[in-house]
Amino acid sequence: MGIKILIPTPLRPYTGKQSTADVAGQTVGEALSNLVTQHPDLRRHLLDEDGKLRPFVNVYLNDDDIRYLDKEATPAKDTDTITIVPSVAGGMTAFACRIS
Amino acid sequence: MASFTDTQSATLSNDEILRYSRHLIMPEVGMDGQLKLKQAKVLCIGAGGLGSPLALYLAAAGVGTLGIVDFDVVDYTNLQRQVIHGTNDVGRKKLDSAADTLSEINPNVEVRKFDTRLSSANALELFREFDIIVDGTDNFPTRYLVNDACVLSGKPNVYGSIFRFEGQASVFATTDGPCYRCLYPEPPPPGLVPSCAEGGVLGILPGLLGIIQATETIKLILGSGEPLIGRLLLVDALAMRFRELKLRKNLDCPVCGSHPTVTALIDYNQFCGIRGEEARPTNAGIPEIQPEELKRRLVAGEDIYILDVREPHEYQICNIGGHLIPLGDLPKRVSELDSSREIVVHCKMGGRSAKAVEFLRQSGFSRASNLAGGILAWSDKVDPSLPKY
Repeated sequence: MGIKILIPTPLRPYTGKQSTADVAGQTVGEALSNLVTQHPDLRRHLLDEDGKLRPFVNVYLNDDDIRYLDKEATPAKDTDTITIVPSVAGGMTAFACRIS
Repeated sequence: MASFTDTQSATLSNDEILRYSRHLIMPEVGMDGQLKLKQAKVLCIGAGGLGSPLALYLAAAGVGTLGIVDFDVVDYTNLQRQVIHGTNDVGRKKLDSAADTLSEINPNVEVRKFDTRLSSANALELFREFDIIVDGTDNFPTRYLVNDACVLSGKPNVYGSIFRFEGQASVFATTDGPCYRCLYPEPPPPGLVPSCAEGGVLGILPGLLGIIQATETIKLILGSGEPLIGRLLLVDALAMRFRELKLRKNLDCPVCGSHPTVTALIDYNQFCGIRGEEARPTNAGIPEIQPEELKRRLVAGEDIYILDVREPHEYQICNIGGHLIPLGDLPKRVSELDSSREIVVHCKMGGRSAKAVEFLRQSGFSRASNLAGGILAWSDKVDPSLPKY
């Protein structure tokens, strides 16, 4: 199919409640870029104005943190799973209920 | 409270042997293991959702000294998940309620109560007399405070956190393992809307994660099994899936790395960008109307359009007949509104509606104002038959 991306609960309001997404991409960066194209409301929560991943969000390729691989340039294939891991603390999360 | 001398904690009484027999007959625990538990001193930060199951099971297991830090009071809405407190405890200090329950479960445990808010001024001192710290808190500044204090004190930090029906668990701040900052070097930005809708949590969830924290604590004390060091456990209770991600110690971590720059506790509210209490965003400058005033004007027959920006499931709990457009949908559905009319916007407590009013005013709705205190205030001051939630 494509690369599977697991969407954490706090971000599901911006993906039409979907908990996973399937995207194309040769690298993690491409996959995320395609993800926010598919779900535009997700963009400002995941990426900053320069299109870089927000620092309080971690991204894993399979079970490895991409910071320790090649960050957004990490190559990805169709059998891979990307997991977005936000910081959570009780009722608070990194992704506020904002309006555009 | 009895204080335990070294001689006492070096042996088990006949009573204790009988109590812990199911531990003692397992070679993985045995007399040696039970004595380790008896001699252990664990500090539980928080006697709430995570702290409840944690403290209950650590006491049952025979951890000799349990410190509890909590300054809060038992609230009726806590009972859905904070099982260390009962209905008769509503209004009591959580510390007292928890200590009573724990003494009832196991009078052999010395419960030390710390009726204080954990802060940079007291954390290091507090942590000093304990072996393991278990973090059951619900806000970012305290997470970072506990983490840093654990690293600086050389005490492991048994971490658990929850959100709605998902949780995370790990063991941070061991000598060779990562700390919380290795995973999340930067806190999320401030100005979070206190989203009442998002504040919901499946009652069982802190139970699940709190027990995982208790398990990890016991494993650390016994020195057995494989603790979650360098491992982030992700729990999805709805799917009942458990996943694990690898955590690495960040050699450049400012707290636990090879060249630490954080060598003392800092101002964590400032670090997380919060001024004063971590609370709702200021509604300064947003025009407000009090519930009594709105009621008076409606009864007088004035033409006021009520807009409710809560979620559909909240509308089902109670409503005042407002037109429902959830906050997140407002930009797309703003054409349903008439900017020539006076619009009063409300939500549960006034936070989301303030954002809505700000948005509407910026979009040309000059007659939009916020119902101060939301539907909860309406229930308090105008119509007590409306349930609170």
